[in-house]
Amino acid sequence: MTGDVLLSIEGISKSYPGVKANDDVSFRIGAGEVHALLGENGAGKSTLVKMIYGLVKPDEGRMTLRGATYAPGEPREARSLGVAMVFQHFSLFDALNVAENVALGMDNPPPMRELAGRIREVSEGYGLPLDPSRLVGDLSAGERQRVEIVRCLLQDPKLLIMDEPTSVLTPQEVNILFGTLRQLAAEGTSILYISHKLEEIKALCDEATILRRGKVVGTCTPREKSAREMAEMMVGATLNAPERAAAEPGPVALTVSGLSVASPSAFGTSLRAIGFEVRQGEVLGIGGVAGNGQDELMLALSGEIRTAPDTVKLHGRGIGHLGPNERRKDGVCTAPEERLGHAAAPDMSLAENAFLSGSVRKHLTKNGFIDWTGTRAFAEDVVKTFDVRTPGIGTAARALSGGNLQKFVLGREIMQEPEVIVVNQPTWGVDAAAAAFIRQALLDRASAGAAVVVISQDIDEIMEIADRFAALNEGRLSEPVPTQGLTIDQIGLMLGGAHGMHEAEVHHAHS
Amino acid sequence: MDFYGINPAVLIASLMVASVPIMLAAIGELVVEKAGVLNLGVEGMMIMGAICGFITAVHSGSPMLGFLGGAAGGAVLSVLFILLTQVFLANQVATGLALTLFGLGLSSLLGQGYNGIKPPATKPLPFGPLTDIPFFGRILFSHDAMVYISIAVIAAVWAMLKYTRAGLILRAVGESHDAAHALGYKVVRIRVLAILFGGAMAGLGGAYVSLVRVPQWTDGITAGAGWIALAIVVFASWKPWRVLIGAYLFGGITVLQLNLQASNSFPIKIPVEYLAMSPYLITILVLVIMSSGRGRASLNAPAALGQNFHASR
Repeated sequence: MTGDVLLSIEGISKSYPGVKANDDVSFRIGAGEVHALLGENGAGKSTLVKMIYGLVKPDEGRMTLRGATYAPGEPREARSLGVAMVFQHFSLFDALNVAENVALGMDNPPPMRELAGRIREVSEGYGLPLDPSRLVGDLSAGERQRVEIVRCLLQDPKLLIMDEPTSVLTPQEVNILFGTLRQLAAEGTSILYISHKLEEIKALCDEATILRRGKVVGTCTPREKSAREMAEMMVGATLNAPERAAAEPGPVALTVSGLSVASPSAFGTSLRAIGFEVRQGEVLGIGGVAGNGQDELMLALSGEIRTAPDTVKLHGRGIGHLGPNERRKDGVCTAPEERLGHAAAPDMSLAENAFLSGSVRKHLTKNGFIDWTGTRAFAEDVVKTFDVRTPGIGTAARALSGGNLQKFVLGREIMQEPEVIVVNQPTWGVDAAAAAFIRQALLDRASAGAAVVVISQDIDEIMEIADRFAALNEGRLSEPVPTQGLTIDQIGLMLGGAHGMHEAEVHHAHS
Repeated sequence: MDFYGINPAVLIASLMVASVPIMLAAIGELVVEKAGVLNLGVEGMMIMGAICGFITAVHSGSPMLGFLGGAAGGAVLSVLFILLTQVFLANQVATGLALTLFGLGLSSLLGQGYNGIKPPATKPLPFGPLTDIPFFGRILFSHDAMVYISIAVIAAVWAMLKYTRAGLILRAVGESHDAAHALGYKVVRIRVLAILFGGAMAGLGGAYVSLVRVPQWTDGITAGAGWIALAIVVFASWKPWRVLIGAYLFGGITVLQLNLQASNSFPIKIPVEYLAMSPYLITILVLVIMSSGRGRASLNAPAALGQNFHASR
C-alpha cells in the first residue's frame, strides 16, 4: 500500500497568543496510505490540518507535496494541488441545494445541469447516492456528510483530509464510509484521518501519528497496538475504565408513558408515544442519530415543553405539567446538549450560572435576594469537585474550553443531588480524560440512588455506562433492552439501519 | 373613463414613478441582507443621496450627474457602516440606527442654502409616437430613464442571484459565514461590496426623491421611505421580483391616498390624516403578518442575517 511519499511535513510550528498549538511536528504520508492523526481535544490536530488545507499559515517548518515545496496561501490553492478536506462541523449551507453546495466547494464548477449529472454518477459509483436537487437542510447527518465527500471526490483529490467524520453516523453508515475510504485508498488516494475513536482507527488506518499538546509523541501501526495502548499514548497517563459498585436497582423513579410532543422547531422531529421507566440506581442509555427527537425528548423531560401531567411521572406522581424550576424542586435535574446558550449563559460568570440552575435545590435566595456567599460557595464546590480548569468562578462561561464547561455544567447538576438526572450528549467534544471523569461521576450518582438517563449518539459511551439501552428513531423509542450481551450490529439495527446506503460497488464510473 | 375624478392610466403611471425610490433602496438592501448584513441605515443613506444628488445636479445642471452624485453620497455614508460593523465588529442594528440619525442630521447641514431652489428638470425618454398609444402609452412610454433603470436593476439582481457564481457565493456568505470562510471565500470582502451596492442604490433612490418626485430640497425629504424599503425586503421574502410588486403596492397606496385627498367627488369622506398615515400603517401590518409564527417568510431569511463575522477559528 505504501509507496512514494505524497506529503511530508517537517518541523511545523504554529503559535497563538498564549499557546503553542503545534511544536516541531513532522510526519509523512505515503501515496494510497490511510494515515491517522490521533490526539485529544486541544492537541493541535485541527490547527495542523488547517495548515495543510491553507486556512492557517505555519510560523516555522516546511511541507513538501510530491517532492515540490508546498505552502498553500489559501484553500483554493490547496484544492488545485489535489488536497481536499471534509470538515468536522459540516461546511454546508442549509438553504442551498446539494448541487449548489458542491459547486461552492469547487473552483471551476461545470454548469449546474452537467454538475448534477456528475454528482449522481460519482455518488452512485462510491455507494453514496445523492439527489442533487434536494435542500441540504432536509438531509440527515449521514447524507450531509455524503455531500461533503462527493464535493471532494469530484475534484479528484490526491490527499483527502477527514476531520472526525464518524461522530454523527450509525454503525452501518460508518461501515459504508469505511468501504468508500478503502476503495479510494486502493485507487491511490491518500487519506489523513483524524479521530479519537481508537477502534475505528485500528480497523481503517495503516499508520498513526499521535499528538499531545502540539507535539508528536509517537507513531505506531494501529493494527499492532491495542486501543488502550494508543489511548495512553494520547493522554500520557494511565486510563481507568469507569467502575461502579454492583447494586440491585431500587423502585421505579421516573415513568414516561404515551409522551407525544410536536417539535417546536421547523426542522425538528416530533415525539410519538414515547414510553420508558427508570429505576433508582439505574442508568438508561438512549441512543440514536442526531435529529431523531433527542432535543425534543430533552425539552419534555426538563419541563421546557409542558405536557399532560401523567405523561411524565416522578415516583408515581404526575409532573408533566410542571416547568423546569418546579421539577428541579421535586428532584429532576437536566443538562442539555448545547453548552453555550442552553445549559449555560455564555456571557455570565460561572457563579451566576451556578445560581441560575442551583438556586432552587441549594436554597441560594434569601427573602427574594441572591445569597452571594452561598452561590459562590456552591460554584467553588463544583469547580473543585469536578476539576474545572478556570481562573476563578468570576470567569465568563464562554471563556472555558468545551470540556471544562461540560464538567462544570454536569457538576452543577450532579451536586444538586437530584433523584433523576437527564443528560444529553454528556461527553460531546470532550477529551478522553474529561469524558472518563464525567462518566464516572454519572455512575457515582446512580450508585447513590439516582435514576440516570443518558441521551447520546456515542454507542461506545452507552455500552460503557448504561444498564439498559433504547433507540430513538424518527421520534419513536424502542423497547429498552439490557446492554449486557448486546452487539454493535443489533444496536445498529435498532437505530434504524443505514438510511438507504449500500456498500460501495466494485464497478464504478470514477477512475 | 375616470373614477371619482381619478384617471386609472395616470394613477398607474404615477405609482410607477412614486415607487422608484423605495424600489431602488429595497433592492439594494435585499443584496445587503442576502450577504448576511442587516443595515437599518437605509433612511440615512437615502437622504444623503437626496442632498448629494440635489447639490450635484444644481451645480452641474445635469440630472444624470445628479443621480450619480446621489449614488456616491449613499455609498460614502455606507462606508461608515462598513468601518463600524465589518472592521470594528459593532452591533449592526445599533450602527444602522445611528447611521440613519447621522444621515438625517448631516443632510440637513449640507442642505443649508438649498431650500427653495429648483433642480434641473429630468425629462422623459423620447419614445416618439409610442407615447400617444391610448392608455398603454401613458403607462409604459411616458417616463424618465430612472423608472426603466430601476426595473432593470431588479432584473439584474434576480439574474445575478439565481444564475451566476457570484450570486451563489453571496447567498452562501449570508447563509453561513463560517462555512463560507472554511471553503476559502473572503467573507468580509464580499459583504463590503454588498453594503457599498446597497448604499449606492439607497442614494440613487434618495436622489430620485429630491430631483424628480418632489423636486426640491427640504429637511427630512425622504419622510420614512427608507423604513418602507426595509419593510418591503421582508414583505418580498428576499426575492427580487417581489420587491417590484411590493414597491408598486406601496407606491400605489401612496399615490391613491394623494388622489383621494384631492378628489372631491369620492363618496366617503376620510380625514386626510388617516390617508396620509396609511402607507406606514400598512407597512406595520405587513411586517406583523409576515413575522408572526413560522411562516414561509421567516424560513426564507438568510440564516446569518445580522451576525458579525470574525475569522478567529
